[in-house]
Amino acid sequence: MEWHAKLPFQNQSMSPNINSRKNKSSLSDDAQHPQIVLVGQPNCGKSTIFNRVAGYHSVATNFPGATVEFTRSHVKINGQTCDLVDLPGTYSLQSLDLAEEEAKKFLLTQKIDVIINVIDASILGRSLDLTTELLELELPMVVCLNMMDEATRKGVLIASSKLAELLDLPVIETIGSKGHGIDELFRQAFQVIRLNRQSHHRKMSRHVEKVVQELADYLPDCEKTGRRKNCRLTAIKLIENDPYFQKRFLPDDELKNKVRKCRKKLETAHGLPADEVIAAERHSLALGLFERVAKIGRPRKSWKDWADDVLMHPIFGYVFMALFLYTFFNVIFKFGALIENPILNFFNMQLDQVSHYFPKNSFLFTLINGLFQGFAGGIAIVFPYLVPFLLGLAFMEDFGYLPRIAFLMDRFMHKIGLHGPSIVPMILGYGCSVPAVLSTRILSSPRDRFIASVVSVLIPCSARMTIIMGLVGYFIGGTAALGIYLLNLIVIGIVGTILSRMMSEDIPGMILEMPSYQWPSLRVVIAKTWLRLKDFIVIAWPLLIAGSIILSVAEWYHIDALINRAFSPLTSLLGLPAAVGTTLIFGILRKELSMLMLFQALGTTDVSTVLSSGQILVFTLFVVFYIPCLATLGILLKEIGWRKTLFASGLTIFIAIFISLLGRGFAYLVF
Amino acid sequence: MLTLDQIPTEKYVKIKNVEGGTWVKQRLQNLGIHVGESIFVKRSAILGGPILVTINNSDVAIGRGMARKIAVSEPEHEPKYK
Repeated sequence: MEWHAKLPFQNQSMSPNINSRKNKSSLSDDAQHPQIVLVGQPNCGKSTIFNRVAGYHSVATNFPGATVEFTRSHVKINGQTCDLVDLPGTYSLQSLDLAEEEAKKFLLTQKIDVIINVIDASILGRSLDLTTELLELELPMVVCLNMMDEATRKGVLIASSKLAELLDLPVIETIGSKGHGIDELFRQAFQVIRLNRQSHHRKMSRHVEKVVQELADYLPDCEKTGRRKNCRLTAIKLIENDPYFQKRFLPDDELKNKVRKCRKKLETAHGLPADEVIAAERHSLALGLFERVAKIGRPRKSWKDWADDVLMHPIFGYVFMALFLYTFFNVIFKFGALIENPILNFFNMQLDQVSHYFPKNSFLFTLINGLFQGFAGGIAIVFPYLVPFLLGLAFMEDFGYLPRIAFLMDRFMHKIGLHGPSIVPMILGYGCSVPAVLSTRILSSPRDRFIASVVSVLIPCSARMTIIMGLVGYFIGGTAALGIYLLNLIVIGIVGTILSRMMSEDIPGMILEMPSYQWPSLRVVIAKTWLRLKDFIVIAWPLLIAGSIILSVAEWYHIDALINRAFSPLTSLLGLPAAVGTTLIFGILRKELSMLMLFQALGTTDVSTVLSSGQILVFTLFVVFYIPCLATLGILLKEIGWRKTLFASGLTIFIAIFISLLGRGFAYLVF
Repeated sequence: MLTLDQIPTEKYVKIKNVEGGTWVKQRLQNLGIHVGESIFVKRSAILGGPILVTINNSDVAIGRGMARKIAVSEPEHEPKYK
């Protein structure tokens, strides 16, 4: 095996990349370049390989099932151009969650010139199940034995040439994180395309194969699955009760009968449900392969073995987690506060410059002012808070700590009717609600996704943090600010419990792979941070700027007085001055603006001269809990639909009023 | 009947049966947990939290409720090979 220290194509590959996260329909449009597709189980290092070749576009994650949308990049490798697609990690083609469904749909319907089946060599035994299933597709394929260093460490010795011979496919050993073998991998992939070399399925046991063939012969037309004619695949999938195939073939009653008969035959002969018969066949094929090509030796001890003794310890695990998260958020807050003001000052200076050219009370200046504020507001959140937060989170994820947090928190998440993995959107929520809601896609059940979405938007994001710190923290004290965070957690606990009682559980618990620890590669950490940041920049920021302009215009037309009057029942209920009415409604447009607007509405930055401590507390509580900002509403709409978004908005308003009233009562007693 | 949640840590057991729907069975199989396979119970979280098992070099966390549905053999100190 030849190792290449530096890849010759790294430099060119950075240029014209196309990211297809949004434009899925255009995928089949440009057929001139061969399409190479990376398929593999979660954590096999697929995205690391992709990132090495494609630059900052795909997300690699040490959390099972994190790449939900696939990413495509136009890359040049060894002087040859291709479209490289990174499919979400999938354990099988059964589509048990959104990511797997996405992967399967792609494999069945898109133009594919060659599949690169990436395998974590250290868990070859399990990974060959997917390989066997992929072979049923009968597409050109190359097998990539990745993480060979980890395999050696774990004592797994693999005869890759033997595997190549048995599968009749090229098998290449790689270490994706170091770039070893990747050159050869793509050379082989292009070779397979050039020779148009098809792969062949592995034969199951005779009786099963006979029943499958019987159904396959009966199928009238197998092209409904996509453009590929593969009757054997269709027959197997129908026997497995695959919903994707059932939808396309089984309106046909006669065929339905035939499928039932075939299933019956397998069930009586093997004493298992038909889909389990097929799964068992596949597994035994994979096992057979594994036993012929791999030897298990003695694993070498490394820090990874004892790291879990501390990080997952029944007591120290929690102590470490608490210390770690406390330090993490503290550092980000301190760092953010340090550079937020210089940034805002810079923009205010620029705005002063502009005001020399336009009279301050002109409509045009109002527009520019709104634009500036929105723009600056975005930057003042992104750079000081969101970038360090997302970088830290990406590091945690890639290192493999996030699944450990999910393990430790599973019991506590159960209290609110969720499972361990739901902790991820909640942690992300402290940064920005937009990526938080998007990250609920790693959850398998729609119910969990909904509850986790609602709960994560209730968590004070970095914009709301500036309000808590700037108002309550500054005017009342740090303990009170911390108290709001604790209160927030209690409210989340109650809301989660109520929601989960209302919706019956569809998945009885967590089944989560704990990947081995890995030193994250800087490249991948940056790529991932960038992708999440892009969610903010593309979705949230424009809405923020638009909201800010609308706000300025409303002020210019003195609509604020009207709004204040309309909201006077609410403001008087909460015991706040009528002038804060606009502040509340426009907080939907931009949460962190609520504070600036409060200053504006009250005509002073020293709020304590106008509002009592109690009023400051009530105002902050209301802003923290009520309706998420416009950008988050947009994302919720996309992820959970308008009914549930409406429900979530109504719920948060209710919570905000309720909590603020409690706050008012509390303030009456204490201050 | 002995189930996975009752097994003390640092013991080997053989999977005998998995109760549950298709989703559960398939997901467990995806992660290498098949009937007849020997697994190592590595860790158990406090207060009825999840269980961490090792199977063929990979670690899998299984929620307590799920573990209750997995019937296993008597625990052994050493793995029993087929």
